Amino acid sequence: MTTTATDSHATEHGLSTAGYVRIALILAAITGLEVSTYYVDFGWLFMPALMIMMVIKFVMVVSYFMHLKFDNKLFSWLFYTGLILAVGVYCAALATFKFFG
Amino acid sequence: MAIIEPTASSEASIAVIPPATPSSAMGALKRPVATKGWRQWVFTVDHKKLGIMYMATAMFFFLVGGLEAVMIRMQLALPNGKILNADLYNQMFTMHATTMVFLFVMPMTAGFANYFIPLQIGARDVAFPRINAFSFWALLFGGLFINLSWFLGGAADGGWFMYAPNSGPIFSPSHGVDFWALGLQITGIASLAGAINLIVTILNMRAPGMKLMRMPIFTWMSLVVQFLLAFAVPVITVALFLLSFQRNFGATFFDVSAGADPLLWQHLFWIFGHPEVYILILPSFGIISEVLPVFSRKPLFGYPFVVFSGAAIGFVGWGVWAHHMFASGLGPVSVAVFSISTMAIAVPTGVKIVNWTLTLWGGKLWFTTAMKFAIGLIVLFTIGGLSGVTHSVAPSDTQQTDTYYIVAHFHYVLFGGAVLGLFSGFYYWWPKMFGKMLNEKLGTWNFWFMIIGLNMTFGPMHILGLQGQPRRMYQWTENRAGEGFFNLAFWNLIASIGSLVLVVGVFFFLVNVFITARNGKVAPLDPWGARSLEWMTSNPPKEHNFDSIPTVHHLDEFFHRKYAEDANGQMQQIATAEEVLKQLEDNADTHIHMPSPSYWPIVIAFGLPVTALGVIYSIPLAIFGGLIILMGAFGWALEPSTAPDTDFDPPSSGNTSKDVVHVG
Amino acid sequence: MWFTLDNLATAHDTHEDAAHTSTGLSNVKLGMWLFLGTECLLFGGLISTYMLYRGRVGTGPRPAQVFDIPFTSVSSFVLLMSSLTMVLAVSSAHKRDDKSTNLWLVITALLGATFVGGQVYEFTAFYNEGMGFSTSLFSSSFYVLTGFHGVHVTVGLIMLLALRGMLKNNKVPGSRAETVEMIGLYWHFVDIVWIIIFTLIYLIPA
Ligand code: HEM
Ligand SMILES: [Cu+2]
Repeated sequence: MTTTATDSHATEHGLSTAGYVRIALILAAITGLEVSTYYVDFGWLFMPALMIMMVIKFVMVVSYFMHLKFDNKLFSWLFYTGLILAVGVYCAALATFKFFG
Repeated sequence: MAIIEPTASSEASIAVIPPATPSSAMGALKRPVATKGWRQWVFTVDHKKLGIMYMATAMFFFLVGGLEAVMIRMQLALPNGKILNADLYNQMFTMHATTMVFLFVMPMTAGFANYFIPLQIGARDVAFPRINAFSFWALLFGGLFINLSWFLGGAADGGWFMYAPNSGPIFSPSHGVDFWALGLQITGIASLAGAINLIVTILNMRAPGMKLMRMPIFTWMSLVVQFLLAFAVPVITVALFLLSFQRNFGATFFDVSAGADPLLWQHLFWIFGHPEVYILILPSFGIISEVLPVFSRKPLFGYPFVVFSGAAIGFVGWGVWAHHMFASGLGPVSVAVFSISTMAIAVPTGVKIVNWTLTLWGGKLWFTTAMKFAIGLIVLFTIGGLSGVTHSVAPSDTQQTDTYYIVAHFHYVLFGGAVLGLFSGFYYWWPKMFGKMLNEKLGTWNFWFMIIGLNMTFGPMHILGLQGQPRRMYQWTENRAGEGFFNLAFWNLIASIGSLVLVVGVFFFLVNVFITARNGKVAPLDPWGARSLEWMTSNPPKEHNFDSIPTVHHLDEFFHRKYAEDANGQMQQIATAEEVLKQLEDNADTHIHMPSPSYWPIVIAFGLPVTALGVIYSIPLAIFGGLIILMGAFGWALEPSTAPDTDFDPPSSGNTSKDVVHVG
Repeated sequence: MWFTLDNLATAHDTHEDAAHTSTGLSNVKLGMWLFLGTECLLFGGLISTYMLYRGRVGTGPRPAQVFDIPFTSVSSFVLLMSSLTMVLAVSSAHKRDDKSTNLWLVITALLGATFVGGQVYEFTAFYNEGMGFSTSLFSSSFYVLTGFHGVHVTVGLIMLLALRGMLKNNKVPGSRAETVEMIGLYWHFVDIVWIIIFTLIYLIPA
């Protein structure tokens, strides 16, 4: 990667143990929030909030636990190509079933 | 599979020392070491041997699919055909298409890719040699598995895209569709593993200086194809799983009476299916983009355009699938969107045709058989492409769909495009692969019979289709044939005779191969005056491909090592091919570890059809198959990809894996 | 894209066997990420099938009638935490600390086994409530999707246990840290798929 000199240890192996635990705590907190939507009525916020929390969790695991943030961009390219393609074609297919309407 | 070291007697020549004291995996099986007999093939991980095995397998299935095609045409030659009954006819066209698409064109392109990509990028093997072997065996077993159904109650009969309700147990009570779904699942695994392998190979195993924009165009097109495979195969995997669960375990995913949406299958199939048509055609585009410049004595016109239009086709190819579903009630918005995206994809394809034509323009054309096939592709593919554009207009497609017009269209693009390109590749690369020249005279016969046969068979189908003859119709009758020039009887007969002409054409090729093998002319080192790296090694290439890995400075590296500009800007020969090769040999690497043969790829691949058979007939058998796979996986995981130094006789001393990275 | 790809390869990875590749990246890791990219299309297809069919319950139970959100929340949490222990195993492996690598691998496997056990329990409970595999379009698409995921977790479990055994007996061919890392990538992927399933399938009512 050609980013400005970050801590070389971090670029090689990701975060420290404490860092990982911190990420896990955040993930746990978001999960708690997600589950709370089952008990508390969030009104119109319900769907967008759930989707956003899902995406945040997803990206956090991918970026930190899977090191994608610290790794060569080529890995991100390969993975996100698949992901975006999947979201694109399947949403388009569901749209023809009037799934979103 | 071996260590390569200079021998004492001569500095320059290199000896291959086979492993002799093999270590064992899990204390059970010792690593295979044979360099002769059938064992050298069955346990090999050499990309060239595997490439040849892919091609031989594909050729076998081409003959099977061809036989099925001829039976179809014989049935339709005259009114009230009696050769096949309706049921057999359904099996015939379904298996014809399945065989041609999945068991002939795809494996053949995989064979070319396997053989030539490492050579073209200056590598000694692929990134994961054992996975490569696994892919081949899975393909072979999957293909045999599908065809096993002929002997076990009848083959699949729902048409190659297997729409519901034809795919369901009511309309297809035999096990044919079960074999079809599970068999394609197995070949799909092969394709997926192969795709990942080749992508990593191309990205990671290039010789020094081989930048992406210096890669030969065949490698480029194959890269696009492998990406398409990698992302399209999982989609059909889902569809096939759903189908298997429906047929074997009582689900109702495509059963309208249970409230299902049969269009789900259609979407999944064509999200895969449209990229699939590019998977079939792009390798041939790559092949003729190699052949045309060589035999025009000019560089490829607009190399970057050919690369980018290939990538663009690969990309846009994901957004057009529903043009196969215009007649299915998608709704006006969807139809409009997909209609326009389909017209758009004709553009990059057109770019390619222009580039090829301009490559020919003003060149010193040399009409070898390879060149003839390449030009044949340009002409016939263009015809097929034009009728294709007529389908992109949805109202006109609604008239044409499910008629012989469609059959005409896709045979012009598949046979006139993909298959002619493959034949061009055979004639061009045969000397490279086998060290013998295919006979040009027989090649010319081969070419003309195929071209005439092709046009005789598929040309009249345009007429048949526009006159309303439906596809997949097992009989036609005299009183519906009509009269005058466009009567169906006459054109059906012509098409059937044409298919026999085609058969003769293919027969000339087989004769050619046979004669060449027995007493063909030994190929010179550089018979065509080629331009790319795969020709910078002996014919056939040594086991380790290159004595020393070349450093690449140009697109068309081999050409630039032979020719340079003089003071007047004219290209002058500065070295012969022999001199170029000698230079590589003089700098030979002294210690090359090649990946070692292995039992596990074929073991794991064998577990797949066993499991599949179990899914159809008995679950314990499926579990047994699963255990074979598991055992194979353990053997695989515990066995180093490259034999350790102590495995060799005499034990090797040097540090291992000097040039190649093998971790598969 | 071509020039980005070439330029991306400037920095060298630290993995032993990556040094000789054109991009400087390891073959296995490249292959693994690509594989995970392709898996997105696999799970995407199954999820879409479920989304299309989740409301089609016929005479069988509706999703909300069978789903036990508190229970699934706990097992989702367990799987999420197994990602933490997995990443700690990877980081210990990079530090060549065999003892903690082993420990974290075992804990990860235990958490994974808990999740699979929870799924078996859940399936049994659903079955007893009258939701068989072929009861309705909803039930079959639910079982196929979550079953597929469960199979992925189980494969991951086998790999974790095999890896631990191989580490112990010094039988890992090639780089040990990288092998742990690859299995880690697979494991995390299985986790992120569940993150999506948990939201789309369980939390959003049909
Ligand atoms: C030996 C030369 C060939 C002949 C004479 C031939 C003939 C035919 C005929 C007559 C049909 C229509 C059957 C019907 O609708 O009732 C057909 C279908 C088909 N053929 Fe060929 N074909 C040949 C080669 C190929 C090749 C090389 C490919 C692909 C690479 C191919 C792919 C297909 C496909 C996809 C179908 C559609 C089957 C279906 O409706 O499900 N064919 N072929
Ligand atoms: Cu299409």
